[in-house]
This record gives sequence, C-alpha cells and structure tokens, in this order.
Amino acid sequence: MSAFLFYFFSLLTVVAALFVVINRDAVNCALCMVVALAGVGAMFFLLEAPFLGVLQIIVYAGAVMVLFLFIIMLLDETARHRLRISEINLVFVCATLVAMAGAALWLAHQYPSVAQLPKVEPMPTDQNPMAYASASKAFGFGLFTRYLLPFEVAGFLLLIAMVGVIVLSKRPEQIEANPAEPPRR
Amino acid sequence: MDTGLQAYLTVAGLIFAIGFAGVLLHKNTLIIYMCLELMLTASTLALVAFSRFYGTMDGALFVFFIITVAAAEVAVGLAIIVALYRRRRTVQVDELNFLKH
Repeated sequence: MSAFLFYFFSLLTVVAALFVVINRDAVNCALCMVVALAGVGAMFFLLEAPFLGVLQIIVYAGAVMVLFLFIIMLLDETARHRLRISEINLVFVCATLVAMAGAALWLAHQYPSVAQLPKVEPMPTDQNPMAYASASKAFGFGLFTRYLLPFEVAGFLLLIAMVGVIVLSKRPEQIEANPAEPPRR
Repeated sequence: MDTGLQAYLTVAGLIFAIGFAGVLLHKNTLIIYMCLELMLTASTLALVAFSRFYGTMDGALFVFFIITVAAAEVAVGLAIIVALYRRRRTVQVDELNFLKH
C-alpha cells in the first residue's frame, strides 16, 4: 500500500512539475505548481513527517502560491508575452534535462539501499531525544535545544523580510525623493 | 525497485532537473522564480528522505528552516519583481538588459 502511494504521488509530482515547465500560461504554471508542491507534501507524509507535510501544504502550496497568483494576475504580463521556444533552445534544454536527470539517478544509486528501515516511534525516547519521530513534539524539542539559535535567527529573518517588503513596495518617488531639493508644497 | 532511499532521491533529482530546465527555458521572471522554488522543494524532499532513512531528526529540522526562509524569500523576491515592473513595465528577462549598455 505504501509502495503504491509512493509511486502514485511521485508520478503526480513529476508530471505536475513537467507541466509547470511546458505550460505557456503563467496562471496554469502556478496551478500545476500547487499540485506538485502538494505531491511533495504527501511524500513527506509517506516519510512519516506529518508535521512537515502539513507545513508544506499550508505554507508552500497555500500561502506562497497564493502570493504568486496574486502577482501574476496583478502584472498580467502573460497576455502579451507567451513562451516562444526556438528549436536550438529546446535541444539545449532537453540535453541539460537528460544530463541532470542521469546525474541524479547515478548519484541516487551511490547510496546503499536500506534493507531494514529504522522503526519510527511517534515520540522520541529519553535515551535518544534527537531520533527520528513523527510527533510534532519531537520537532519542538529539536528546535528549542540543538537548533535554538537558528530558530531565533529565522524569527529575525522573517521580521527583516517583512520590513524589506514594506520598503520595497512603497512608491519609487517616496524612496528616491531628492534630499537636496526642497520639498514641494 | 523498492521504495527505499534511492527511490526518493531519484524523484527529488528528477524534480530538481525539471525545475532547472524550466529556469533555462522560460523568459518570464515569475515562472523562472516558480521553477527555482521547485528546485528548492526537491532539495527538501531529499533532506527529509535522508533524515528518515538515517533515523535522525536533523534533516527534518533543516527542512523546517528551509520552508521558513523560502517563505521570506518569496515575499521579498515578488516585491522586487513588482518594483521592477513599476519602473520598466516588463518582467521578461530578455527585455531587462539595462545593465548591459
């Protein structure tokens, strides 16, 4: 059952990713992207990381893609410009795709196939608190012990990004008002 | 093929390669950005797979940070694209050549 689900979701994700690339319309690209990201989220569930799967679907497939769709519809560029693919360009891209996929396959087969999967407990034990566990409590423990400093830095990063976005989305004349010139009344 | 580590890494590699091809192929900055996100997601899938198959929590925690940083990055990147569009009235990379001359 788990193998079937893995093949189903990996096929779904790869096909959706291909559609992201070959679609000519940006809105269609974004909708295929939602499917691809949700497929990756489902694979997080299969890897027994339900917390990350939920996070992936809420943050990535939800918030980030809504932001993308907003900007695509706001700019409305795709009506004027559609993807024009020249043959030589397509040949180069296909060659790169085949080369990278081949390299990925080769690299993946460098790792030994794990015959016996480590059993996943829902909760980490006291002896080995950083062992892989599916409960969100395990994430919380890791985030507030070994990764406390990166956690705080991530919080500051979000704050800085928010301030940066507010500055960037002001009107250009507000930022570039010449200080040598007296303000107009 | 069993659904072991290799299978997950293969899928992650395929998604990464497809995302890279999209970055090369497209001219619209927004779609290029989406394909970059696809590559980032492929790397997170590989990290979670390693974490699961080696039985430690660290890779999964890294993915938590990657998702956080990616959300901030998308917000800033899209704000930059909007600011660019306001000034140049285009987001096509072949028309954004004002650093060339």
